[in-house]
Amino acid sequence: MARALNMAKTTLDFKGDFPALAQSVNGKPVVYLDSAASAQKPQCVIDAMNEVMTKHYANVHRGVYTFSAETSAQFEDARGKVARFINAASEKEIVFTRNATEAVNLVASCFGQSLKEGDEIVITELEHHANIVPWYFLKEQRGIALKIVPVRPDRSLDMDAFEKLLSPKTKMVAVTQMSNVLGTVVDVAAIVERAHAAGAKVLIDGSQAIVHYDIDVRALGCDFYVFTGHKLYGPTGIGVLYGRYAALDALPPYQGGGEMIEKVSFDKITYKEPPVRFEAGTPAIVEAIGLGAAIDYLNGIDRTAAHTWEMEVFHAAEKLLSAIDGVTIYSTAPQRASIISFSLDEIHPHDVATVFDHLGIAVRTGHHCAQPLMKSLGVTGTVRASFALYNTMEDAEKLSAAVQKAKRLFL
Amino acid sequence: MCECENMNIEEIVDNFNLFDDWEDKYTYLIDLGREIPPMNPALKTEENRVKGCISQIWMVLEWGADGRISLTADSDAQIAKGLVAILYFAFSGKTAAEAARVDISALFARMGLDRYLTPNRRNGFYAMVERIAAFTAGCT
Repeated sequence: MARALNMAKTTLDFKGDFPALAQSVNGKPVVYLDSAASAQKPQCVIDAMNEVMTKHYANVHRGVYTFSAETSAQFEDARGKVARFINAASEKEIVFTRNATEAVNLVASCFGQSLKEGDEIVITELEHHANIVPWYFLKEQRGIALKIVPVRPDRSLDMDAFEKLLSPKTKMVAVTQMSNVLGTVVDVAAIVERAHAAGAKVLIDGSQAIVHYDIDVRALGCDFYVFTGHKLYGPTGIGVLYGRYAALDALPPYQGGGEMIEKVSFDKITYKEPPVRFEAGTPAIVEAIGLGAAIDYLNGIDRTAAHTWEMEVFHAAEKLLSAIDGVTIYSTAPQRASIISFSLDEIHPHDVATVFDHLGIAVRTGHHCAQPLMKSLGVTGTVRASFALYNTMEDAEKLSAAVQKAKRLFL
Repeated sequence: MCECENMNIEEIVDNFNLFDDWEDKYTYLIDLGREIPPMNPALKTEENRVKGCISQIWMVLEWGADGRISLTADSDAQIAKGLVAILYFAFSGKTAAEAARVDISALFARMGLDRYLTPNRRNGFYAMVERIAAFTAGCT
């Protein structure tokens, strides 16, 4: 795919592919810095979803008629695209869910049925609530213990503490690959290796990481990998649970309904194999096809160059912000990407974001669904600017100017 | 008695609308927040907290011996505190009958601040307005 390439640096312009970014907010061209919450969509994703609904929409896997056959083929094709995108061994290892949250809940609920009092699950202080609460349910329901890996003062994960928490009681390690608050990138390959040596399964929350890095689930060796479509430039309502086939096949069904059954009588029901065992009811058909289109989009660009460019913009923004008196940056792990969590003097994050909004800048404020991490940072909330491949140096400069303006207004 | 207690909500709305620029409007709003009587920190309890996700607002509503509303409130965010100040000037010191005649939605619309009155799970401010309405209605 041809890109405007500036001569001096690797300036890549992806903004033009995302129609929402051509809009203005409060009379200012929009500067979208909330991609870690949800990313904008390229035109090709919008087109692909429109096309299904305008040309051949029907339910999948049911009808013998042409519409259903075409839509089913595209839906299953999307599953194949996901499988290849993360290098799964087969598309049978790809379960479509509503989002990453549902994927974690699915594993916690189904895997949890084999757990008993005294079993342990290891999570980390970096986790999003979506990778805390489903495991907490098991603590309440089955009496398992949750062990929490702390974050070091430099905002990296304490790998020594992690190793000490592993024991023969550890049944599952559920860990994020990249913090949604701090951008801290976790060495999940090392975690998988040690967890497996201790006999535990591993679930990786890749919601943030997959947006920025090439993911190879087989190289990682994890048992489960979850992510959501809407952060990956795809639509909402579609998420992915990758499960190593044997790990997936060992799980009982999640929800009951159509699609997932082999035979039903009132005396006995048999269930299908993965992935359909876990996909009761009509799936998010159009959204799955939209996710496939988002993956096509990413396959069509030079992702390495895009990542390099995104990191240049990100580091430029960090440098600009850290030069401003009164700015405290929390996202300082040695291995980090794309997320700046900061505060500005004693000014409330909500006040900062309100000023930003008047300047057309979208950021997230608050606890970012990670209250335990906020507690460990000693704050109740931060301002979070998160970067994606469509952000530019100009965005970084506007962010910095907006911080200066907020400072003048509130101090 | 501080000068602010003589400020009339109509005057505030007129002053606010004299500013063309959003920055000046916010500066005025922030200054208003600094005008209202301080809240005793002991009153900033969970019970007095108005549920809202982003900024914290605390509010205590009481009927004075003179039959007038006493509204004490604070927020940890400056814009929210400015909005709280508007409610203070609109309701505090009013009788139940006077409070019932206050059209807070219209006031906010005139100031171009109506977005803050949108029912929104992240917006504790709307809950605060509802709480005032329920409080005054309960005594009319």
